[in-house]
Amino acid sequence: MKSRIPTATPPAAGPFESPAPLAPPRATRPHAGLLRRTVYVVATLLVAGLAAAQSPDAASADATAKVTVAVDTLWVLIAGALVFFMQAGFALVEAGLQSAKNVVNILMKNASDFMVASIAFWAFGFAFMFGNGTGLLGLHGWFLSGPDLSPLTGSAYRGVFDALSWTGVPLFAKFFFQLVFAGTAATIVSGAIGGRVRFPAYLVFSVVMTTFIYSILGHWVWGGGWLAQLGFLDFAGSTVVHAVGGFAALGAAAVLGPRIGRYQNGRVTAMPGHNMTFVALGVFILWLGWFGFNPGSTMGIVGDPGLVARIFLTTNIAAAAAGVASMVVSWMRFGKPDFSMTMNGLLAGLVAITAPCAFVSPPAAIAIGLVAGVIVVLAIPVVDALGVDDPVGAVSVHGVAGVWGTVSLGLFGLPALGASGLFAGGGVHFLLVQILGTVVISALAFGSVALLWMALKATVGIRVGPHEEIGGLDVAEHGAEAYVPADALREPVIVGAGD
Amino acid sequence: MKLITAFVRPERLNAVKEALFKAGVQGITLNRVSGHGGQAAIHEQYRGSTFLVEFHEKVQLTIAVSDAFVAPTIDAITRSARTGEVGDGKIFVQPLERVVRIRTGEEDAEALTPIGAPLAASI
Repeated sequence: MKSRIPTATPPAAGPFESPAPLAPPRATRPHAGLLRRTVYVVATLLVAGLAAAQSPDAASADATAKVTVAVDTLWVLIAGALVFFMQAGFALVEAGLQSAKNVVNILMKNASDFMVASIAFWAFGFAFMFGNGTGLLGLHGWFLSGPDLSPLTGSAYRGVFDALSWTGVPLFAKFFFQLVFAGTAATIVSGAIGGRVRFPAYLVFSVVMTTFIYSILGHWVWGGGWLAQLGFLDFAGSTVVHAVGGFAALGAAAVLGPRIGRYQNGRVTAMPGHNMTFVALGVFILWLGWFGFNPGSTMGIVGDPGLVARIFLTTNIAAAAAGVASMVVSWMRFGKPDFSMTMNGLLAGLVAITAPCAFVSPPAAIAIGLVAGVIVVLAIPVVDALGVDDPVGAVSVHGVAGVWGTVSLGLFGLPALGASGLFAGGGVHFLLVQILGTVVISALAFGSVALLWMALKATVGIRVGPHEEIGGLDVAEHGAEAYVPADALREPVIVGAGD
Repeated sequence: MKLITAFVRPERLNAVKEALFKAGVQGITLNRVSGHGGQAAIHEQYRGSTFLVEFHEKVQLTIAVSDAFVAPTIDAITRSARTGEVGDGKIFVQPLERVVRIRTGEEDAEALTPIGAPLAASI
């Protein structure tokens, strides 16, 4: 929804078209339809209920609007909390797919990127992304300053974040929901560079990623930037969040180089993860979190609960189809149903359906998921063969599937739902815009992050030494271990206290 | 017949394994152990307190060989496990009185003869 910005002629029967608009239609902000419909529906219900007691007057209309804002805000905050919980999912998936000697490090990275993002995105990132500005970046709203007129004014909001005026929830709710997305984009990278990266370099990267790279690229789509003006659609972030995170991971991992022992005698050597239970639990947590990520991107629920329910369905069924596809393909290709590939495939389905989830039918969601599940199994060996060591498959799951999901919207989008896909007779123009947008953003995410890591390499240093890498980042970088044997041989001898 | 017990760095295990297989040595038992030798203790931290970990993670290999294989086995382990730094480990060689293969009742040198094709061919 955040992406469904300008169409010169809004579809005649879109779900947001109010049967009796209470506010004048605004061609540049079709989302306003959500609020119009919101007010209409709630007003109808409440007015009917109140009619016996009192006549519908200005006071009851005001009460109606307040209830609408409250319910929408509740939904946005709950969905945001679900997306926040995806941090736990990423932490578990990435920890499970690494060696036991690198677990403290990967958990520290997962925690610290969200700590850093919370401050950086509040101070600068949100303004770059959603502040009023040019087609390239936002220039207002630093430190979340600016009037918060959204509640009760909705699309009539006038402030410094016009790109988010289509939802009537309070500014702080809008910010929180967008913050957890920024945190997701940043944390995607941590797993791909696991097992050899220097921790200080990762901290600097997290700041730059959430302040500039994610935010400015995101402005082009969700902040009313040039891609939005071209008609590019990305409902919940297949490109804005996942392709950016995935191709940032590619840039970082390529500059960093593979772990010692990953390539021997020109062959890829398997370096198995240490805990598949963590991987499964992490994937289920991410799957749960996606029910906030995609349906929550409506940033309202009263106006069209049916749309929220539709997105729950398309999101879930695409994940299931992708899991089936990756299981079957890995079975055929490698002789056995591969567990971690199936988990990667499932996530790829969630990534792919993120852009089209609001605009496609359930059968189309199955098709999108099936393709995502197949391409992730094919993409992982290709990334390996390129010499890029990605221990968790982030490039394939978030990058490749993110691009596919964005393009798939150009194929399967339904005009009745607000997107004119090729298969629905919408012609190739929209498809080409989708391809252009996702390719440009992915390439720039890759290029800018690769340059950033080259700069970090020349300054703070990006890689631990071979001794530290072989002994594990936990001891080398943090002086700690994730799994301490509980035997008498390891009874600690205290040699100095911190105070 | 000798019983060879070697302690090596865990990260060298793959190289040691490959060298032993190439030397035709296939009967190997592994244990993860903690050991203390000349290697300096590791300083770790926990919530502001520093402590020493004196015992290092090592892998113990136990190998029983006939006399002809004693030198190749020691040579393979030494070459593959060496990094040149303190902590590379040790090899102990002890006499072995008697060996019995449980499945057939064969004894001594016969019991130490590998079964099937040498693994080295598949490497």
